[in-house]
Amino acid sequence: MTTNWKNWISEYGLFLLVAICLISLWEWVVVKGMVPSFIVPSPSKIWHALVENIRLLMIEHVPATLYEVLIGFGISLSGGLLLGIGMYFSKVLEKILYPFLIISQTIPLIAISPIFIMWFGYTIWSKVAVTILIAFFPIVVSTYDGLKSGGQEYRELLMTMGANRWMIFKKVQLPMALPSILSGVKMSVVYSVVGATIGEWLGASEGLGYFSRRMSSNLQADAVFAAIFLLSLMGLLLFLCITFIEKQILKKKLR
Amino acid sequence: MTEVIGLSDLSILRIKNLSFSFNGKSKPIFYQLSMDVKAGEFVSIIGPSGAGKSTLFKLINGLLEPDEGEIQIKGNKSGSRLGSVGYMPQKDLLLPWRTVLENVILPCEILKEDWRKKMPVIQEWLSRFDLSQYENAYPDELSGGMRQRIAFLRTLMTGRDLLLLDEPFGALDSMTKRNMHRWLLGLWGELKKTVLFITHDLEEAILLSDRIFLIKDGRVYERKVHLARPRSTEQIYHSELIEMRKELEKLIHHDN
Repeated sequence: MTTNWKNWISEYGLFLLVAICLISLWEWVVVKGMVPSFIVPSPSKIWHALVENIRLLMIEHVPATLYEVLIGFGISLSGGLLLGIGMYFSKVLEKILYPFLIISQTIPLIAISPIFIMWFGYTIWSKVAVTILIAFFPIVVSTYDGLKSGGQEYRELLMTMGANRWMIFKKVQLPMALPSILSGVKMSVVYSVVGATIGEWLGASEGLGYFSRRMSSNLQADAVFAAIFLLSLMGLLLFLCITFIEKQILKKKLR
Repeated sequence: MTEVIGLSDLSILRIKNLSFSFNGKSKPIFYQLSMDVKAGEFVSIIGPSGAGKSTLFKLINGLLEPDEGEIQIKGNKSGSRLGSVGYMPQKDLLLPWRTVLENVILPCEILKEDWRKKMPVIQEWLSRFDLSQYENAYPDELSGGMRQRIAFLRTLMTGRDLLLLDEPFGALDSMTKRNMHRWLLGLWGELKKTVLFITHDLEEAILLSDRIFLIKDGRVYERKVHLARPRSTEQIYHSELIEMRKELEKLIHHDN
């Protein structure tokens, strides 16, 4: 137990120390009046705003955002994996889809989201659409690149053993691509939170993005920061979830 | 006794008038090359680097197709040769996420054989290869010599009669290599396989082989090794072996 604790300290101690120093400095600067508090509220004020709104945030806005994130991420994950694998197996599919994928990433989100609002209205699907547009890409690319890169010699070896494409995929390509796929998934889950927030900014009636926008038009910077804090916490927790799953999968694969 | 006659007379590999060049246009690597390997033979293939030794293996195992000519394995002319020979490439290519045992049974998995049923046989081979204690270890925990033995055993597990070994001991230090020679010579009697063996090491070629093929400028020169079996690694100091080495060296380095 004590060694666990020590490991934890050596891993995160430095980060915590610097974080505490920065927050203290921030607090000090604001309290001293060097920056007006409606521009940058002090950490203690943000905390107060968080506590004040916690019921509303936790019951209404956090679940709404989380819901959008999970649906958008879920669709991105399953669709991204399928497309990545499909593109690996079919050259034609790759030639058709790859340019579209790149183009989808050059579209400025702010510009296209009015269209999403037109299509889906203020329902959850306009936010999910923005989320997918952002979160889909890293999964497809990491899956496809992971499957494609390297392993030529392994592939040839298995072919001489009489393996078909599916066998080679299952025994060599997929295990070799797993680390790449999983890092794509980790990026994607963080992007999902960003996507849902942007979606809410553009038109929503609930969610942390909506909340922060409303508060900012009220010039309540402390509440905006409170929402930002919750959003980044959400992204962090989701990231940690994927990291945990990654460790389990790789342990199994490497064990 | 009919079986024995059949075995000794059968060409397990017959190459007739093989021509091959990459992309079909550049200077051919092989031109009208022919060779014949009988079941149970140990044949080494030597030649200057770039002579196409590894390419020849890829032609035999079906990864490449000849421009002209014929490659028959066990008299089989047509169809894909993929899956009909055991192939051990230069690198050991062990899957790092699989244990020794899991690496060894890979060919069984691919051929959809029930390896659990074969487990006693596999265990026996593992002990013959001095790998018993390591069956649950991972490749990166093991030495180069061990990794080569695992890769060799995996090749054996394909169950094919013809094995193509591409410089299996090339990356080993001389001590480990000597041990591998001793071990392989001891094993050869019970192996009951046909081996084609690429090497740069003439001593190794002579010590291990029944015949040596020298590939040079797209052609094959053949030399028989008249050393009785069972052999021992001490025989590298015999005068006839040294004579033969001299002769081969001359053949490799001099034009015609």
